[in-house]
Formats: sequence, C-alpha cells, structure tokens
Amino acid sequence: MEKTTESRWAQLWDNFKFPLLSIFLAFLIGSIFIILTGNNPFVAYYALISGSMFGMSRIGETLLKTTPLIFTGLSIAFAFRCGLFNIGAEGQFVIGTLFTVTAGYIFRDLPAPLLIPIILTAGALGGGLWAAIPGVLKAKLGVHEVIVTIMLNYTALFLTNFFIRTSLNPSTLQGDVQKAHSVILGENARLSNMSDLMPIFGSSSLHTGIFIAVAAAFVMWFLLYKTTMGYEIRSVGSNPFASEYGGISISKNIIKAMFISGMLSGLAGATLVSGLTFKIDQAPASAGYGFTGIAVALVGKNHPLGVLASALLFGILANGERKMQIAGIPKEVVGIIQGIIIIFIAGEAILQYFPDLKKKFRRKGPKTEVAEK
Amino acid sequence: MMIIIMAILASTLRLATPLIFASIGGVFTERSGVVNIALEGIMIMGAFFAILTFRYVPNPWVAILVAMTMGMMTSLILGVLAIHLRANQVVAGVAINLLAGSLAAYLLEVIYGRSGQTDPIRGGLSRSPEALQFLNDIPVLGSFFSGLNPFVYLAFIVVGLAYFVLFKTPFGLRIRAVGEHPKAADTVGINVYKIRYICVMISGALAGLAGASLSIGAVNMFREGMTSGKGFIALAAMIFGKWHPIGALLACLFFGFAEAIEIQASTLGIGWIPSEFLRMLPYVATILVLVGAVGKAVAPKASGQPYDKAHH
Repeated sequence: MEKTTESRWAQLWDNFKFPLLSIFLAFLIGSIFIILTGNNPFVAYYALISGSMFGMSRIGETLLKTTPLIFTGLSIAFAFRCGLFNIGAEGQFVIGTLFTVTAGYIFRDLPAPLLIPIILTAGALGGGLWAAIPGVLKAKLGVHEVIVTIMLNYTALFLTNFFIRTSLNPSTLQGDVQKAHSVILGENARLSNMSDLMPIFGSSSLHTGIFIAVAAAFVMWFLLYKTTMGYEIRSVGSNPFASEYGGISISKNIIKAMFISGMLSGLAGATLVSGLTFKIDQAPASAGYGFTGIAVALVGKNHPLGVLASALLFGILANGERKMQIAGIPKEVVGIIQGIIIIFIAGEAILQYFPDLKKKFRRKGPKTEVAEK
Repeated sequence: MMIIIMAILASTLRLATPLIFASIGGVFTERSGVVNIALEGIMIMGAFFAILTFRYVPNPWVAILVAMTMGMMTSLILGVLAIHLRANQVVAGVAINLLAGSLAAYLLEVIYGRSGQTDPIRGGLSRSPEALQFLNDIPVLGSFFSGLNPFVYLAFIVVGLAYFVLFKTPFGLRIRAVGEHPKAADTVGINVYKIRYICVMISGALAGLAGASLSIGAVNMFREGMTSGKGFIALAAMIFGKWHPIGALLACLFFGFAEAIEIQASTLGIGWIPSEFLRMLPYVATILVLVGAVGKAVAPKASGQPYDKAHH
C-alpha cells in the first residue's frame, strides 16, 4: 500500500503527540519542584538547555551521554516488538563491558583495525548470550522474562565485580597492586575521540561510538521492516498464535529477539568501555543505562528512529542536569521529570476518561500496544 | 562458638526483617493480580520519611506511621496506573522506582541542604525492645535476643496476620479469587478494582514499613541508595516462597542468612567463598525455582493482567 508523504507525517504526528505531551507535562510538574527550591524554572531550564546544547563541545558531551542510551533504548524497543519486556538491559550492558575488557586483554597485541571490531563483537556477544538465558527460559519453559531479567541484572553485576576483583584485576594480570577496577585497555583497543577527527568538538569526550549507535538504529529499522526475519519477529509480537498457525515458530523468534536485544545492550557497554572508560570499576549498583533505556524506548514508541530522538532528549537531560546543579537547582529534578514522563506514558489510557481529548489524540483505532503483557 | 552462632542467627533475623515486610507486601499485590516491581522505590520513600519525621516528632512509632502512609501514597500511583488506567504494570513500577529515588534525594537536598545522607537520629528502634529486656538475661540465648530489634518481632506478627487474612477470612478468599480469575470474581459480585486497590495499598504500607526498618531500625539515618536492591530481593523471596506468606518468610530468612554469613565470612573461616557469589545467591536461587529445578513455582493466574470492568 502506497502512502503519500503527507499521510506519513500525519501518522508520525499521531504517534508522537502523546509522548510529546507527556514530556511537556513532566517539565511543567518539574517546574513546581524547582519553584519549591526557591528558583525560577525558566532559569533552571535555560541552564539545562544551554548547558547541553550551546556550543559544539557541550553538544559533544550530550551526544556522549546519548550514545549508550541509543543502544539500550533500541535493545528494549527490539524486544518489545517481539512482545517481550527486557528489563535486563542493565545486566546485559554489564556483561557487555565484561566481555569487552576480557577480549581487549586477550587480544591486546592485535592492531587497532582488528582489535576494535573484535572487542565490540565480544561485548555484543556477551550481552546477547546473557539475554538469551531469559529468552530460552521463556521459549522452552514459559518462565516470564521480566522476573528472570531482573534477577539476572544483579547476578551480572556481582559476577562482573567478582572478575574485576580477581582474574581481570591489574594485580593478577600485570603484577600491579590490587585495584578496584579491571585492567586498562591499550590505545589500540580504543575508539577514536571525535575531537581528534573534528577539532570543533573541543574538550568533549565524544567518541566514534555515536556513529555505531546511529548505524545500529538504521540496521534495526531495516531488519524489522525490510526482512523476513523482522516480519516474523513483529508478527510474534503482535499476534503469537496467529503466527504459529501461519508457520512462524514462537519459541525460535523469542530466543532470536532476546539475543539481538541483548547484543544491542552489550554494544552499549562495549562502546562505553572502548570509547570512554577503557576499564570497568567494581560497583555497588549498576549505572542505570538499562533502566533509562526503558524510558527511551517508550518515549520513542519502540521505533528505531523514534528511539534516536528520545535518546537525544534523555542525553540532553543527563548532560544538562550538571549545569542545573551549578545554577543551584538539585539535579534530582531531572530524575523526577524522567519518572513523571514514564508515568504519563504508562498511563496513556487516561485519555479514555476524556473522550474529546481522546478523539484528538487518536484519530485511528487503538493500535496494538507492544508493551502489553 | 556459641556466641558466634547466636550473633549470626540474630543478624539473620535482622537482615531478613525488611525483606519480610516488603515480600509480604508483594504477596498481597500479586495475589490480587497486580505485579509490584515498585517495592524498591516504596522502600526508599519509607526509609526517608521515617527519618524525616524525627526532625519534627522524635517518636519512632509516629515515624513508622508516617513511613507506612507515604508508602501507601506511593503505591497509590501504581494502583491508579495498574487498575484504573490498565497500564503496563512493569512500566509503572519502573517509573515509581525512578521517581522515588529522585524524590528522596531531592527532598534530602532541599530539607537537609546536603546530598548523600541525613544526620543520624537519636531514639530509633535499632536496639532490643525495653519490654523484653528480661530475655537478654537468659544465659547463651540472651545474646541472641539482645540482637533483635522491635521490627523483628513485628515482622513475624505481620507474617502471621497475612497468613490469617489470606487463607482464613472471606476477604482473603476474595483477594485470591481476584488474582486467579477476576472475571469469575466479578460475576459473583466481588469488586475487583476495590480488592486490588486495597491490596496495592497494603503492600505500600508494608514496603514503607520495610523502609522504616532499614533506616530507624538499623543505621538510624537515611542514605541514598540504602535499599540497594532489597526491594528486588523481596520480590525474589516472594517468588521463591511461591506467593505464600510462610514461604516468603522462609525465603527471606534464607536470604538473610546468606547475607549474615557473607558479613561474618572471615570469622567463620569461609573467606575463600567469594562474597559476590553469596550476594548472587538470592537471584540465582529464584531463577532456579522458576525453572522448576527446586519445585515448580506458579504465579497467580491473573497476575500482571489489567482487568477491564467494562468489557467482560
């Protein structure tokens, strides 16, 4: 069915009206919290925007914060498309970092053009395998993926801490003293810094991982909408039993979708390590990219290109919060805003209580919600 | 040796206490058909507001009431989203966790003018209760009893009550009916929404109490991130205990024991077991239970499914 450009835009607008309204309302409520601290919300939001957008070096920092969120957002969106709720992006991210550093150490003598693809692949593989566990359990035994992925998040964290403390520690591998972090990746395992390629990015630590993230979004779009595999995964997501009847295996596609979803989260970890931190630290709690990724996927309506836009929004929030802090506003306001955005999006059904509003917001019949469970 | 055993047993009970409150809360919501991922966030609220109360009214029982009330208010967000708006309950839970963590940190900064942690309070409930002091004088066992704070006793009362309510009262039967088969429950005149709201509120109150037991029952202050995944361990315990109050209690005791052992590992001469593995135990054990390796766990049938009153 051919669609005119105009109807495509209308459809796009239809899809993103509600997330946009949610964001607006969340900022509105956030401003109450800013006023309570005795500050002017306009000053605060100006600090937020200027701190993350005004100047190439700040934009660079924003894109740096956006990079892992694109990956985890895509990861969760991909699983949603198959009707799966992957709360485990957090753990897959951590395992991704573990595999990246391990591969980076094992193959440390290889030249950069070989080593970098190897360690990124290792990170993706680590995340993929970790996500395949709940995938297999769901497909073969019907165990709900939400609980398993939550449990695996903490398991991943402690497992990684264990390896950092023991076999990956500089004290074990390099005869150094015991450290609270893993071995450090060599120069040949590091993604290029953007300001080395384009000096305009100045002091920002943005690395070329952002290109990989954006490419991943397009690859995912192609995979989902232009290949048979994507069609099968989506059809299992929207109507599993009809799919099975039509000869599409539910269990195979669940495992496949979880593996790919996990690979994306693993890549979030891999690019972060190879592009920015070059090592992993022992941590009492995980970094939260996986949980923010849920918000990113929801705001982006689980569409790869929507995820790109919403990851940028959350990148702006993450980078701007420090500037707000400097302007004297508690940075937690940003977390509150993020929480409220998700609450509104989760409560989209509130529109049913306002029939007029609903008409405005939903011209077509209700679409299948992928997040339904 | 006896002293060490007593200390570990007391420490097991102390560490299990917050888990017990929260997982009993989880049992109530899930039995009524609502998944509660928000236990962690509600615990944060409870922990913070219990300490905050001391700033104005330095009475632990008032603090507990405030913590439970704030827990209920927080869980009400989950209730409205999950019940009336039929939202994805997991998403709602994630949102509440994010919101609660930020809100507590925000209030900490606004009210105390600092981040990280509050000042320590005086007059918390971290010591053994006055009325039971005579137990501390029993030889050998005395060192065990002196390690128990009032929350520990309260936890066992809560488990007993929960068991009684869920399995020995008509109200409990209604809860279970709503969680297993809401449509059938509705047909025989049970108000599905009302039962679910009550259960979500009960879990909010209990998770708030769990938070209070962490702050005024142990360290006498609020620290950011002090719940450190305990809400999720409570969730795990609920599953491990097969959605049953007694089962949840036993699971919490088991997880508390693992934590107590981890703390005492070097004294016990088991320092060679990596502490990370002991900390992983609750999560791995829960997955094994779900897989059926340790007896099959079956969730209430309608758990996680929104119920639409209008279209049945």
